Amino acid sequence: MDKLLGWIDERFPLTKVWEEHMAKYYAPKNFNFWYYFGSFAILVLVMQIVTGIFLTMHYTPSAEEAFASVEYIMRDVPFGWLIRYMHSTGASLFFVVIYLHMFRGLIYGSYRAPRELLWIFGMVIFLLLMAESFMGYLLPWGDMSYWGAQVIINLFGAIPFVGEGLSEWIRGDFVVSDATLNRFFAFHVALIPLLLAGLVFLHIVALHQVGSNNPDGIEIKKNKDSEGKPVDGIPFHPYYTVKDIFGASVFLTLYFAIVFFVPELGGWFLEKDNFAPANILQTPPNIVPLWYFTPYYSILRAVTDDYMIVLMALVAIATLVAFLNVKNVLGKMAAVVVGVGVIIAMNIFEAKFWGVVMMGMAIIVMFLLPWLDHSPVASVRYRGWMFKTAVTLFVIVFFILGYLGTVKPDDISLFWYKNVTWAQICLVIYFAFFILMPVYTKLDKTKPVPERVTS
Amino acid sequence: MSGAMKKHLLIFAFMVFPVAGFAAGGSDIHLDKVHIELSNKSSLQRGASTFVNFCLSCHSASFMRYNRMAKDLDISEELLEENLIFGEAKVGDLMITTMPEETAKDWFGVAPPDLSLVARSRGPDWLYTYLRSFYLDESSPGGWNNCVFPHVAMPHALYEWQGSQRLKDGDCKPHEEGESPFEIVIPGKLTPAEYDVAMGDLTNFLVYLAEPAKMVRYKMGFWIILLLAVLSVLTYMLKKEYWRDLH
Repeated sequence: MDKLLGWIDERFPLTKVWEEHMAKYYAPKNFNFWYYFGSFAILVLVMQIVTGIFLTMHYTPSAEEAFASVEYIMRDVPFGWLIRYMHSTGASLFFVVIYLHMFRGLIYGSYRAPRELLWIFGMVIFLLLMAESFMGYLLPWGDMSYWGAQVIINLFGAIPFVGEGLSEWIRGDFVVSDATLNRFFAFHVALIPLLLAGLVFLHIVALHQVGSNNPDGIEIKKNKDSEGKPVDGIPFHPYYTVKDIFGASVFLTLYFAIVFFVPELGGWFLEKDNFAPANILQTPPNIVPLWYFTPYYSILRAVTDDYMIVLMALVAIATLVAFLNVKNVLGKMAAVVVGVGVIIAMNIFEAKFWGVVMMGMAIIVMFLLPWLDHSPVASVRYRGWMFKTAVTLFVIVFFILGYLGTVKPDDISLFWYKNVTWAQICLVIYFAFFILMPVYTKLDKTKPVPERVTS
Repeated sequence: MSGAMKKHLLIFAFMVFPVAGFAAGGSDIHLDKVHIELSNKSSLQRGASTFVNFCLSCHSASFMRYNRMAKDLDISEELLEENLIFGEAKVGDLMITTMPEETAKDWFGVAPPDLSLVARSRGPDWLYTYLRSFYLDESSPGGWNNCVFPHVAMPHALYEWQGSQRLKDGDCKPHEEGESPFEIVIPGKLTPAEYDVAMGDLTNFLVYLAEPAKMVRYKMGFWIILLLAVLSVLTYMLKKEYWRDLH
């Protein structure tokens, strides 16, 4: 055995890689509940790929046969229903896990220096995941698949000058059709999974370069023993491998409880309108994306003509904050030029376009977190009331926006005001969380950070 | 595709942006709750019999095979061939209606939808209420209307069983909650209570038809969850064991 290992190690750095990334990769010993979600994300990714491969064996990517082939999987393929439910449940749980993983980063400051690239790779993974699930959702060719894709691709039509041509180019037709289904299938099963795998690799490489953050937001590398090991660090293997195996067992219990007992999860994971085949002549009564997209969908629909003035005010405030916080003169000038330019453009192009822009910005703005946070401390544990209040509000608003994305904008589902009005209020808070971050993180009173991690 | 048609489709696609509301079958009528019990094989068998005798004359269940149904519902192949298969179909065939689509379009104006998944797209309560909400309406071309699906093209296929009912005061919404908006004008072969049971059985069958895997997935799920729960306990103990020397 040792001889074989030696033979391999001369030709491939097997032992070296194992030690660097597992047996001698020192992770902080104080990881809590929130630190499970990274490993869950890898687990779900693997399960999605494996179940996806089996689904691909039986699925037919054509407008004529796609819907029937999914039902063939559900009925005639041995355990096809199990594979399909695992894949559909996995898709939703992937977002649950990723959202919680991102939230962990937010509260413990895992995006802060030197982890900016790690955060950016993670955000790109998040974007890819959204593309992956959007395209995958078209493949069953149900009525909601069809109209969901129709609506979202039409959004590109709102882009001035090039929009119409762009959305036509994406569809490969004038409406969502067989051509669209075929290219989405290719992207869903080949292109995006490849990119995802690559980005996950980069994400982990970047993580292992800088080391893991922890709930105290303290760099364990600053405190090393005589052998050069961090005193608050423990080898990833076996400590975190056994801990993650336990976590995975609990996660799988929950996952399979959904798969076997409530695969539709009351319409949140599988919508009932998608059990009717795509029908170009009949839309579902209320076209809604799946739950993980609804916060952004709400933001999209919140931007109406009479709301543009609010958006302009937001841009003005963002410009001011940028002007005051950017150090060099060139940066200050750039902020003003961009800010004024956007406000002028807001007076020219229609609200529908700005809805699309704000929807995109809702995600893009997360990329900037490492540079928006000016607090002297990383973890929420040592931050003051301002940051805690801001994060709490942000989470509440995110949930409300998510809910509002599932109901019709002109109805009154909450109280007093129409849904669209609530979405407009939430939109301001959502963006204020980011725009004002440089201000409140600087003003906030922080607590002293301990030298060593607390347990 | 002709240029004019392309243009129409484009206009159409933008018309429905971002939310459209002209889907068929929508109404805010109160739906009666139906009791679904897939372990009740005799209910499913009665439902299957009603389905092939009435529904299958016009509708298909084109994702379902006859012998799969027979196997799941404990119906022998002889019984299946004698009583539940009409026309040329073989036991292993998909449940396709004998009515040609063109004929159906001539008669009803639209092709009757496939019913394989109707219990999943509409929901069991909707179906149960729908099947019991046909009423006589002289103003509609077929003479029938339905409170749950206004102006539906389908006539009341089961009027011989239920009889013919009429709206009490011309409104689908009853004056008092819980009160039926209908009154029977011509009694059918079944009493209202018997008809409700028959429609409950039919709905039960349609729920099965929409997802045959439902017959096995709860039972299988129980064992898998039990296994994973035990695994969780064991892996927790393993974790404890490894972490003991750290504290």
